[in-house]
Amino acid sequence: MRADPAEYEFRTPASLKDAVKLLAEEPQAWLPIAGGTDVMVQFAAGTLAARKLLNIWNLPELRRIEVLPNEIRIGAGSTYADLRGHEVVAREFSLLARAASWTGGIANQNRGTLGGNIVNASPAADSLPALLVYEADLVLCSAHGERSVPYVNFHKGYKQIELAPDELIRAVCLRRCFSGYFSYARKVGARNAQAISKVCMAALGRVENGAIGDVRIALGSVAPVPIRLPETERTLKGKPLDHDVIAGAGRAAVAETRPIDDLRSTARYRAAVVGNLVVEFLQALGGANRHA
Amino acid sequence: MAVFVHNGGVSNSRTPHIVGCSTPRKEGRDKVSGRARYIDDLWFPNMWYGATVRSRIPRGRIKAIRFAPEIAWDEFVVVSAKEIPGRNYIALIENDQPCLVDRVVNHPEEAILLVAHPDRHALPKAVAAVSIEYEPLQAVFTIEQSEQKDEIIWGADNTFKSFLIEKGNVDSVWAKADYIVEGEYFTGAQEQLYIETQGVIAQFDAERGLTVWGSLQCPYYVHKALMALAGLPEDKVRVVQTETGGAFGGKEEYPSMIAAHASLLAMKAGRPIKIIYDRGEDMAATTKRHPSRTRHRTAVSKDGKILGGEIELVIDGGAYLTLSPVVLSRATIHAGGPYYWPHVRVRSKAVATNTPPHGAFRGFGAPQALFAIERHVDRIARTLNLSPVEIRRRNFLRPGQATTTEQVIDESIDLGQLLDRALELADYDAKRKRFAKQNRRGSERKGMGIAAFLHGAGFTGSGERYLSSVVGVEGSADGGVRILVSSTEFGQGTNTVLCQIAAEALGLGYEDVTIAQPDTMEVPNSGPTVASRTAMVVGKLVASAALGVKQTLVGAGLLAEAYTAKQFRAACRQYVAAHGALRSLARYQQPEGVFWDDQKYRGEAYAAFAWAIYVAEVAVDLATYTARVDDFVALQEIGRVMNPVLARGQIVGGVTQGIGFALYEKVEWRNGRMANNQMTNYIIPTSADVPSIRVFFEELGNRHGAFGAKGIGELPMDGPAPAVVNAIEDALGIPFDTVPLLPESIFEAVRMAASRASQTHSPAGVR
Amino acid sequence: MTTNRGAKCEISFLVNGERRIVRVYPMERLLDVLRRELSLTGTKEGCGEGECGACSVLIDGRLVDSCLIPVGQAEGAEITTIEGVAANPRSSALSAAFLECGGAQCGICTPGMMVAAFHLLDHKPTPTMDDIREGLSGNLCRCTGYLQILEAVVEAARRTTAR
Repeated sequence: MRADPAEYEFRTPASLKDAVKLLAEEPQAWLPIAGGTDVMVQFAAGTLAARKLLNIWNLPELRRIEVLPNEIRIGAGSTYADLRGHEVVAREFSLLARAASWTGGIANQNRGTLGGNIVNASPAADSLPALLVYEADLVLCSAHGERSVPYVNFHKGYKQIELAPDELIRAVCLRRCFSGYFSYARKVGARNAQAISKVCMAALGRVENGAIGDVRIALGSVAPVPIRLPETERTLKGKPLDHDVIAGAGRAAVAETRPIDDLRSTARYRAAVVGNLVVEFLQALGGANRHA
Repeated sequence: MAVFVHNGGVSNSRTPHIVGCSTPRKEGRDKVSGRARYIDDLWFPNMWYGATVRSRIPRGRIKAIRFAPEIAWDEFVVVSAKEIPGRNYIALIENDQPCLVDRVVNHPEEAILLVAHPDRHALPKAVAAVSIEYEPLQAVFTIEQSEQKDEIIWGADNTFKSFLIEKGNVDSVWAKADYIVEGEYFTGAQEQLYIETQGVIAQFDAERGLTVWGSLQCPYYVHKALMALAGLPEDKVRVVQTETGGAFGGKEEYPSMIAAHASLLAMKAGRPIKIIYDRGEDMAATTKRHPSRTRHRTAVSKDGKILGGEIELVIDGGAYLTLSPVVLSRATIHAGGPYYWPHVRVRSKAVATNTPPHGAFRGFGAPQALFAIERHVDRIARTLNLSPVEIRRRNFLRPGQATTTEQVIDESIDLGQLLDRALELADYDAKRKRFAKQNRRGSERKGMGIAAFLHGAGFTGSGERYLSSVVGVEGSADGGVRILVSSTEFGQGTNTVLCQIAAEALGLGYEDVTIAQPDTMEVPNSGPTVASRTAMVVGKLVASAALGVKQTLVGAGLLAEAYTAKQFRAACRQYVAAHGALRSLARYQQPEGVFWDDQKYRGEAYAAFAWAIYVAEVAVDLATYTARVDDFVALQEIGRVMNPVLARGQIVGGVTQGIGFALYEKVEWRNGRMANNQMTNYIIPTSADVPSIRVFFEELGNRHGAFGAKGIGELPMDGPAPAVVNAIEDALGIPFDTVPLLPESIFEAVRMAASRASQTHSPAGVR
Repeated sequence: MTTNRGAKCEISFLVNGERRIVRVYPMERLLDVLRRELSLTGTKEGCGEGECGACSVLIDGRLVDSCLIPVGQAEGAEITTIEGVAANPRSSALSAAFLECGGAQCGICTPGMMVAAFHLLDHKPTPTMDDIREGLSGNLCRCTGYLQILEAVVEAARRTTAR
């Protein structure tokens, strides 16, 4: 353990309102800490730059999941366990529930939050591709009010996010319109549990009259940020799911990614796996359609 | 009164009813309740904490050391090499490894300074505030670079040790061979990853001397090292082993280093010093399994018999000699596997690189050597178009035949039958048929792989004679007996099995026997807890010493030759009350007819071999190139199963570590330093990864081991890597000669094989 | 609650059913507060990065890695450590099964394993093998290869439901 706890200031606001008020009053001074599964690892390694921590763990305004007729509003302070255990999330947003079940072991899932995962902005984060294909909107809040940002615009570059220094993510909003879609999610890691992904993929597809009506593919760990594959999706829309179309989509997907060599894996491997997973998804989509 | 009993045999007039049973772990209750106390759970009054300033470069001369002014250095105790009271080395085989760098750094993370402070949290900042200026020297990082000798980093030629084994006349076989099969095989470093990191507490006062408590395997190794370092006599150094949270060899020699560091601080500070490594430091700075490269060149007849061969084996020892000669020795002796070699030449060497010294890890050279031979035998099979089963059957050692060191197998082991049994248990034939069909389509390819191997238990050759282990058993005032050994418990069952042996030898209940905490002030030197020798060698001495207690009581007229446990306890109580103590010692004696030539490296290398056949069923996912073990059969002949639950636990645990060695555990080196020194990035199997591992035992007994025991602790490490990689080749039709074998490497090979296939099959100009 | 840089604060919580008050820096790890301030050394540190689970405890009935929790976030919480689990009569089948099945070898992962297993059986009294593998997947063991631990949990569940 390489940090000295005596050097840190720690404040627990009474409410979300108090939290954003402090962020506005002391710009850039406070680092919000929710479940701590990222911050505390850096702390123990002695690499946490921040010295003032704002405790937003378990703030009621952040840790609730509201189910409305057309959308679900997931509080940013919801843990992965909260997501897995929520009936509507599990049923209508299975990609997110499955990603939550892949993030660390049970202990990590009881503390890691969706908001924390988004703000930490690791390109390898498991839940983020799901948010991309569900076309989530983020509700950001500050002392000045709230604003909504489409999640697809949130990651500007590696660890650069569309979040002002005085803002917190309040909620993640997902529209309840995916029941008719086929879902596919796969995480490729170094082992079956507790693994940082080498490639992770979330995809939705819908076949109409023998052709692809809608298709959404998102990937993690193959670019500086989690990405959708707009080019690949465009080439697939309206096409039948035949062998050539599927093979072409696999190649197109690889071309849209920018994987790297790092401590965990290689660019070539990641690229090859991307191609294979996209093919696997489309074959499964076709198979599901045949059996429908 | 101490009684020496010389290697007495154990005669059983009853059927054993404690040895061979799954008696509960002696220290089990404390472990499941959280009451067991490991070194970081102990705290002494006035204790300070210590930390280590380490080199950031792989090789160079220290030019200057600066202490940044923002730290209140007067609050700290700082120790450098110049203040070592005795000799600045960690005594082991040679004395080339300094305790603290004096002038020249030879590997990253090498210890340069020690600091101590009352506040644990103040240490990382202080360590970071020491800046060291170096004059870098050219460093060497691989076996190949070391062999090239462009840069000499150790001794005259970078070579710590070499061996040569010659049997028959290998130069005569090439002309007669129908096939000459060559292969080159590599194994990488492996981190022991005991879940409890290295830790010690040291205390010194002029009167009692130096006392060290710690997480360690070999109290007397530490004792010897501290005597030299501190310049203290034998009775002024005391080493106590605390409950140890995993070791696997990683706490065989390394604890002498951390104990030396804590001792130096304790001597200067005049107060107890605790040093506990955090995980990052432990992974980066301490020992790992020796990486290896083995080259085989084998002459084979067309009916699949090995006529002879040359084996060249090199291990990377890191920056200092430490235990590399002994690891090399074991690798060299196991290089031929469980096969009959009419002629063979084994040339081996351990070379130096500028990495933290590599060290003991379960298997100790045998996993490296056996990976190579077992992969090579499959290669021979494929070259001859024989099955992996048949090639082994035709070459297995048989009773009456001699090993590569001319040790004649004199027990009735039938490896062919063992192989048959393993294949049946694994459903080998049916599965291969099924997979051959399934593999024509789908996104998975499945295969089966075999590993056949042996593992010599105890120290090599004359090693046990040099150790000259001594064991004590004493009668207690309450009538029970207490075992006195320096052999340590670290999960493998030392406490339990030795107590079972003593209870059985004396006809007592398991609860009547206790075992003393290994403390060099209290227990004799029964040798290090390594080499799978504890049940077999030390256990036999325990039985002898226990009988010495009985003989004393009988001789004193307090006990009849035939007695009940209750009578024994009464007699013991009486004797202790009258005489104050009742202690019996037994010393190891080399058995008759065991002959070993250290010069020619020939003769009886080990008192006993255990034998095994492992069979792996593996699936490779073609979308992700990940290999998955679906089923694993581990069949071994181990002399005697002392405790079924414990024995099975050793095999399952060892196989899991072996699967890690094969498929998961890769050390990423950057300029001689482990870059992935976090549990997040160094991958071991979780409960979600371990396959079904089915364990089976056979028992041929062993006249040299307690109740027929052979060693089993390290055996399971030898088989999984070759079995799994053989299975992957069976699944994909692609050979792999390196472990760990990660999906990235499987991918590259699959891609290359596919592009070669499309080159041969696609006519020019098409598409 | 407001703290200034470098100031300790009072944290009040329930630990194994007892109310405890500690005066500590809020960024002390809960693991360290349990071990040092409260002398509950059963909870272990294996990695400091939330990977090995040796530091597992229950907070408000949920399994967590105590090395990742600043004690400042534990104000008012109900914490159960291995000492609490071991003292709970509901864990006796689990302890007995661990001993009989060889679930503990070196023992350093055992407190975390027991807490995780206890937590699992509380929520899923008749778990499938997949449930057990998942429930313990955050607890690394280097000695056993897991199988005898998984079997211990199966056995504990069997004995408990048989009663």
